[in-house]
Amino acid sequence: MHKSLSFRAAVVSLVLLTLFLGIWEGLNSAVKDKAPLSEYELLMGGASQEARVPPPSDVFRLAMEELGNPFYDAGPNDKGIGIQLGYSLYRVLTGFFLAALIALPIGFLVGMSPLMHKALNPFIQVLRPISPLAWMPLALFIIKDSETSAIFVIFICSIWPMLINTAFGVANVRQDWVNVARTHELGPLQTAFQVILPAAAPTILTGMRISIGIAWLVIVAAEMLVGGTGIGYYVWNEWNNLDLASVIFSIVMIGMVGMLLDIALGSISRLVEYEE
Amino acid sequence: MSSHFVEVQGLAKRYPSPGGAQALTVFENANFGINKGEFVCIIGHSGCGKSTILNILAGLDEASDGVVIMNGKEVSGPSLERGVVFQNYSLLPWRSTLKNITFAVQARWPGWSRDQVVEHSMKFLELVGLKGVEQRKPSQLSGGMRQRVSIARAFATQPQLLLMDEPFGALDALTRGMIQEELIKIWEETHQTVFMITHDVDEAILLSDRILLMTNGPQARVAESVQVSIPRPRSRTDIIHHPAYYKIRNHLVDFLVNRSKELSGSAQRQDFSAVDSTHPAVVDPGTAAETAPTITYRQAAG
Ligand SMILES: Nc1ncnc2c1ncn2[C@@H]1O[C@H](COP(=O)(O)OP(=O)(O)OP(=O)(O)O)[C@@H](O)[C@H]1O
Ligand SMILES: [Mg+2]
Repeated sequence: MHKSLSFRAAVVSLVLLTLFLGIWEGLNSAVKDKAPLSEYELLMGGASQEARVPPPSDVFRLAMEELGNPFYDAGPNDKGIGIQLGYSLYRVLTGFFLAALIALPIGFLVGMSPLMHKALNPFIQVLRPISPLAWMPLALFIIKDSETSAIFVIFICSIWPMLINTAFGVANVRQDWVNVARTHELGPLQTAFQVILPAAAPTILTGMRISIGIAWLVIVAAEMLVGGTGIGYYVWNEWNNLDLASVIFSIVMIGMVGMLLDIALGSISRLVEYEE
Repeated sequence: MSSHFVEVQGLAKRYPSPGGAQALTVFENANFGINKGEFVCIIGHSGCGKSTILNILAGLDEASDGVVIMNGKEVSGPSLERGVVFQNYSLLPWRSTLKNITFAVQARWPGWSRDQVVEHSMKFLELVGLKGVEQRKPSQLSGGMRQRVSIARAFATQPQLLLMDEPFGALDALTRGMIQEELIKIWEETHQTVFMITHDVDEAILLSDRILLMTNGPQARVAESVQVSIPRPRSRTDIIHHPAYYKIRNHLVDFLVNRSKELSGSAQRQDFSAVDSTHPAVVDPGTAAETAPTITYRQAAG
């Protein structure tokens, strides 16, 4: 009997994961067996552990603990993973939606008007390759608030893929469909909403999907810089505490949330996709 | 001034050549009229400018010279009074079949209620035999079905002039024949004024009251206006037995094979202008006395 492709793929994925975790666990416990911790080492909080990456079982135990109570808040340096992720998500989504608010109309304008395309293109080309983190000092100086600065950095990095994809999608709407709008005497607004927007929507959504991916990459680095709250700060803080199990756990969580964001945008883009 | 419903006067289209020296004249001095309720086809070799003429009639393209007057008013942009069936159907792929039609009906009659719009749209979908697939997207329809949707959309808006650019060009012979019959049926019900481009001589004879013939480009002209004097209603199977059929057919084929080339270009223009430089010669091969082109007909019969 041939099982379905996705079933077989899932089996292979599980085998690979088990292998990887098994080897990781095995290597670590081998080290442990050879050199059991002396009382001195234990007292030093595992000074010799510097060289030792915690085995997956440790990480798993910690993950269970953290996920069991994700929203506790015990002071500025001890908050649950859920709270930290919540801060990061809030910043990413705020920056992202602000960027969409600006990028979509401007992208539309650039896509519709060859004049605006030519006029704005030089700015876009210069601003786009700037690493979003390079804006951080300027943002901190002008805004004087680390929270808002982080949102601003997300805003700046989300804007370009959305703007460029929107402009491209709008500029490349098939002339036939524009002609359909013209022969039916649609006004500019009706043409924009009934023909151009649906025609360009898949391209626009691709831009949004790229944007949110980049935003999630950037927020971790931004929060390491500004500190205070958020998953990026959490990773850095745990590193300073030399709690590597927490570092690994949060790395995995960053990946999971990033994947969920992508899945969310992916399912929205499936709604607007069409087949010619 | 003129008795025609649509009047095309001195129409020309030129494109500036890249060097900037001499402009490329696709066609010039096109003069013809279309009567209300008339079905007119235009035939000519590829590249002579048929689509350009149709797009100018639709208001989608601008003429370099000349005017198009419809109903006493100059055409200066697209209008719902002129419906277009595009060669590649041009359905909106993100809308269902029904919504492609309601889209047009709503644009035509913005004051109509939702129910009224749907009812009217369904009527025209039924007319082209597409009841039952109204919820499908165009990508889930065959080429023939898509073209029917496109035709239904154009007829549903009941424009004063319907323009069709090789509507059956991409269809296989069987499907084409079926849709031709459907088109005849709808046309007989509505008596819509139609201007249609085709490459198919038989299709032109089956459908038209009159066939315009264009000479080869560049500098193409509308050289002849051929009357199709075969009574209606016509059907694909019966029409070929009509005595006028092969006379007309041979006349058209002779034009396309021989004379479209001879008459084309600037060299022959002087000759031609001696006869009539502005209006296409009116020909009626169906009722004319038997001339050379009927040889083929006699061969076919004997
Ligand atoms: N932008 C342009 N610049 C220069 N020449 C053009 C341009 N657009 C069209 N043409 C020319 O205009 C001519 C007429 O084109 P058109 O599409 O009207 O031909 P057609 O008769 O419809 O041909 P077909 O039967 O193949 O559809 C062609 O020879 C083409 O080369
Ligand atoms: Mg053409």
